[in-house]
Amino acid sequence: MSIFVDENTKVVVQGISPTSQGLYHGLRNRAYGTHVVAGTNPKRGGEEIEGIPVFATVAEAVEATGANASFISVPPTFAADAIVEAAAAGVPFVVCITEGIPAQDEALAFNRLVRDFPGTRLLGPNCPGIISPGKCNIGITSGDIAMPGGPVGIVSRSGTLTYQALHELSQQGVGQTTCVGIGGDPVPGTSFIDCLAAFEADPDTLAIMMIGEIGGSAEEEAAEFIASSVTKPVVSYVAGVTAPPGRKMGHAGAIISGSKGTAQAKMDALASAGVTVALNPTEAGEAMVDVVRKLG
Amino acid sequence: MDLFEYQGKQYFARFGIPISKGGVADTVDQAVAQAEESGYPVVVKAQVKVGGRGKAGGVKLANDVAEVRLHAGNILGLDIKGHVVKRLWVEHASDIAKEYYASFTLDRSAKQHLGMLSAEGGVEIEEVAVTNPDAIAILHIDPVDGLSLDAATEWVGRAHLDEEAREQAAELLVKLYACYTEGDCDLAEINPLILTPEGRVHALDAKVTLDDNAAYRHPEWEEFAGSDVEDVRETRAKERGLNYIGLSGSVGIIANGAGLAMSTLDVVNQCGGSAANFLDIGGGANADVMAAALEVINSDPAVKSIFVNIFGGITRVDEVANGILEALDRVEISSPIVLRLDGTNAVAGRAILADHLSDRLVAEPTMLDAARRAVALAGGQS
Repeated sequence: MSIFVDENTKVVVQGISPTSQGLYHGLRNRAYGTHVVAGTNPKRGGEEIEGIPVFATVAEAVEATGANASFISVPPTFAADAIVEAAAAGVPFVVCITEGIPAQDEALAFNRLVRDFPGTRLLGPNCPGIISPGKCNIGITSGDIAMPGGPVGIVSRSGTLTYQALHELSQQGVGQTTCVGIGGDPVPGTSFIDCLAAFEADPDTLAIMMIGEIGGSAEEEAAEFIASSVTKPVVSYVAGVTAPPGRKMGHAGAIISGSKGTAQAKMDALASAGVTVALNPTEAGEAMVDVVRKLG
Repeated sequence: MDLFEYQGKQYFARFGIPISKGGVADTVDQAVAQAEESGYPVVVKAQVKVGGRGKAGGVKLANDVAEVRLHAGNILGLDIKGHVVKRLWVEHASDIAKEYYASFTLDRSAKQHLGMLSAEGGVEIEEVAVTNPDAIAILHIDPVDGLSLDAATEWVGRAHLDEEAREQAAELLVKLYACYTEGDCDLAEINPLILTPEGRVHALDAKVTLDDNAAYRHPEWEEFAGSDVEDVRETRAKERGLNYIGLSGSVGIIANGAGLAMSTLDVVNQCGGSAANFLDIGGGANADVMAAALEVINSDPAVKSIFVNIFGGITRVDEVANGILEALDRVEISSPIVLRLDGTNAVAGRAILADHLSDRLVAEPTMLDAARRAVALAGGQS
């Protein structure tokens, strides 16, 4: 099993044109084996691009193809509207990798989904996407660094560190059920807790790797949830121990404000929730390999 | 982007938030002219993006021309925690009956907007939060609903603002919320928000942080660009479109991805060194980007070694390797470079570089090994 996406996931790529990022990534995802069933473009309804049928709206695409996931990589100006359009069309799982959406738009889109379209789960924005190895890959993760078969579930706020984690595990012959990049923005649609709960409920996931970074309090909240509701072993790494306060470290959400959001506070919270806290990505990979070997 | 107080007040004014009559001055003469315009007594305030101006002598009351000359002369050029005062804000001094606090920001846990209002303003709100948390009235606002005048009216009552201030304060809060949302602020804070003896409510200070992601729809923000602390390295990096933050160590860092770049700083630190910078070259690690990154890092005299940490995801390591070689042809680098290249096409990438390795260009198999090497080349523990 896997969480959120699997071999039955059918993807509509929003904002598709011969030169769009959406097409580029959509084709990569299709090459991995993902069912990319449709694209949307208000000006290109009825066309076909690289064998992908194009519809004017997400609603039409869903009706015609039964798409049950959408992939958004349109520019920040259009991304929030695209998210709401997908939700309004009844798409249950929306992946938005777009970086640079204004926080006001992001907060508004998130709360519109909560209120009007509670059946839709948003992943991102500003995330690498999600991969259930061997089944479905939506986003920009390179499929060949992932390994099917489990038993590890990965959830991460950072893109490259997610790849690093996948790579370290695959190199050691430890596979993954699903790897979710929740993204580095201030209002992520899917939280650590959402993923931890889904991994806890997934019988094939036997251990969880969680990669956090400075800023906000998502890791602390995750730690509380782990202490109360997660029985599976969790290995964690938090980036940004040496980050200076008041500076955004690349991600809009990665900023230490005053004494809040430091890596140390997050690592302490995770450690006291019984999580194995590694000091660098390599150590995290090694610790997870140990955990998996002990599981037998 | 953090705004200076005067910029924040000018931004407030666009949304109809009352502020004191005043203006900016870069010289003593301009300060005098501005004081005449605003009407005595005036307050002469240093414009720096750092707290504790008052204690540092950066805020002074002036009753006449002679006092304006004296204070403006003293404050211009004053060094406040490393920020040199280049500009003043001179405004008509307000009599203060009461000082309140008001702010809007995003509550990332609740995923809604957070309003904070207190009848105990004028001091650090963090201090109030610790010593007297009940004095802060919290309001969570669903962005879909926004802030109505009714909700604001209920809120000012709950915060125990003085009766005569409530109506004006509620109207002001609705305007401040509009400034925060339509104005794309990460933070809009007024401390203190004052009630004058004549019963007028207005903003005596302004702390505004703008959301850089929204700059594309605010051409008017261009006038806010520029900082009071100039890090030449950061200016240089910005010109080249690089995501760079200057730090004080001796190991120059180039990595792809914000998380990996942050992690690289941490690992260098664990190995006993310290990073000279944060630099995320993102997904497109081609020769142009690599050359620009190496140029910026090479121009930092504190750098003694350079750690290039690349994990190829969508970026292919063979392309990165070619990019590095091409960049090295273009830029003369004075420090040894340690490479750690992993991920997609790493074997091909390493093969491309194999013939070019030397004591000036070193490859290591893992991030930890590379960090140790880079720290050693930078002269060991710092």
